[in-house]
Amino acid sequence: MTSQTAAPAGPTALQRFFDSDIWWSFRRNPVAIGAAVVTLLTFLGAGFAPWIAPHNPYDLASLNLMDAGRAPYWLDETWQPGDPRFWLGTDDQGRDILSTILYGARVSLLVGFLAVVFAMSLGILLGLAAGFFGGKVDAFIMRIADVMLSFPAILVALLIDGVFRVSLPSDMHQEIAVYVLVLAIGFSSWVNYGRTVRGSTLVEKSKEYVQAARVIGIHPAKIMLRHILPNVMGPVLVIATINLATAILTEATLSFLGVGVPPTQPSLGTLIRVGNDFLFSGEWWMTLFPGAALVIMVLAVNLLGDWLRDALNPKLR
Amino acid sequence: MLAFILRRLAQSLIVMLVVAFIAFALFTFVGDPLAAMLGQDTTPEERERLRSALGLDRNFLAQFWIFLSNAVQGDFGISYRLVRPVDELILERLPATLELSMTAGLLALLIGIPLGVYTGLNRDSWLSRVFLTVSLIGVSLPTFLIGILLILVFSVWLSWLPSFGRGDVVAFGWWTTGFLTPSGLKALILPSITLCLFQLTLIMRLVRAEMLEVLRTDYIKFARARGLKNRSINFAHALKNTLVPVITITGLQLGSIIAFAIITETVFQWPGMGLLFIQAVGFADIPVMAAYLCLVAFVFVTINLIVDLLYYFVDPRLRADKGTAGGH
Repeated sequence: MTSQTAAPAGPTALQRFFDSDIWWSFRRNPVAIGAAVVTLLTFLGAGFAPWIAPHNPYDLASLNLMDAGRAPYWLDETWQPGDPRFWLGTDDQGRDILSTILYGARVSLLVGFLAVVFAMSLGILLGLAAGFFGGKVDAFIMRIADVMLSFPAILVALLIDGVFRVSLPSDMHQEIAVYVLVLAIGFSSWVNYGRTVRGSTLVEKSKEYVQAARVIGIHPAKIMLRHILPNVMGPVLVIATINLATAILTEATLSFLGVGVPPTQPSLGTLIRVGNDFLFSGEWWMTLFPGAALVIMVLAVNLLGDWLRDALNPKLR
Repeated sequence: MLAFILRRLAQSLIVMLVVAFIAFALFTFVGDPLAAMLGQDTTPEERERLRSALGLDRNFLAQFWIFLSNAVQGDFGISYRLVRPVDELILERLPATLELSMTAGLLALLIGIPLGVYTGLNRDSWLSRVFLTVSLIGVSLPTFLIGILLILVFSVWLSWLPSFGRGDVVAFGWWTTGFLTPSGLKALILPSITLCLFQLTLIMRLVRAEMLEVLRTDYIKFARARGLKNRSINFAHALKNTLVPVITITGLQLGSIIAFAIITETVFQWPGMGLLFIQAVGFADIPVMAAYLCLVAFVFVTINLIVDLLYYFVDPRLRADKGTAGGH
């Protein structure tokens, strides 16, 4: 556990990272390197979508209905001939599929990241409190966790999203839909963090350094955040990576069901939903390409998470 | 033993109460039920009469009590969207969801366990590797995408199987079944495959891992030393001991299957409860949402309870441990 604890100064931290076991295990694992490269590429592609996308799919002035439903350029389709401007074809509005994917991945990743940050903060907070205080606090938090764990995350997210959808006026809901979604997905997945952090906290709590910190009268909140938290971050990072993949999938599923992000900000799930309507007219590229982008993104993040879990597991070294 | 069962029962009851409270809160705090039921031109007197007839003038707890006693009898009011009693709607859609979920669950077990046993016994054969790789892809594909791909291949390109609906159904009283007509069976194929795939890979990996674990134990070595046949070792001794976790996971997954049925039903326009629920969310149809919520929570709580109790009966070691430790 060297690299992920807070680093004091720039160059030495970098030096320490390159000397660490993690970096060594990363360099020797081709799957991890491949997954990292793909993950990085999708992150960059999504992050810089407005600058690298060949078209701006949501600029109404540049859309031309004459271009609607074009097949991918490299496909030998005579019925709806491709156009060199549109590598992956166009959708029913004449938008470039490649551009909509880049913009859609941006929304998917944004929701995924925010949901993970929310779930992680909530889980760490409740886990630390449960482990540190024990007794009734612990019992109460863990009962809630047990109950939530017995329901699938997608159902919890669907429920929270549904409640907000019903209780807010629709124009207001449109505006904050992304944050509602983040809340719903994040709240449905804090349990994993909470249980792990609680377990590690129980172990750390009995160690001498925590006892010592208590004896000299440091505030419990400070002990938890400054002394215990850095030592339980390893497993939390692993969960966060895998959680990012599931959060992206949950968002895509909710958007596919039509209860996710508003249509004005389509994510990959929304694109698949919209493209699905054109499956029967043979325009499969409107669905399959966003679907493939989603699967590649999730698979890469998942593989990265698997590697990280093994790399941080002292038993497997 | 009795204390354990009572504790679990009490826990389940509390969960149900919390869920019912959320459902009730939806009714009370979201919108005005009178506005949803009455027209523009009702007089204040009529409004007041309906308010007291519905019990809306009583205090919060009394209203919750009315809601609870109605809910226990299956009465959740009238759907805002379809203007029909909710219990009728749910009962109408229940057979479709149950048939789909049961078929998917059975498929997952019937295919997953043999595949798990095979890959566990023949660790290094190329076929095992193929199964494991395919299962990894199966886990990474979201359910709705699997459904779309199946529709694209088998309905659009090959036009072998229908892509939506239940086909022809036969009615037995209020229960409708698609098992008895060719078109009903054909319509069931794609949705049930879509729904079972995730559970199938899960069961396969679980059985495989458990088999590998059990095959390393001493009693298997002794059984071999006694000269028992391979078949009886593999199935009577090894497989039997892997089944405890499989029962648990399958039981718990039964709930997930019903939850994931929402997605599968949306993809295939399967006329079940999940589709009803998603449409209700879109239209802010609170009575249907509340009823579905309570029903699904009830199913989950019941399954968890049964699995916990089953676990207790299947594995005598647990009983002994818990007995000496004085309950869990």
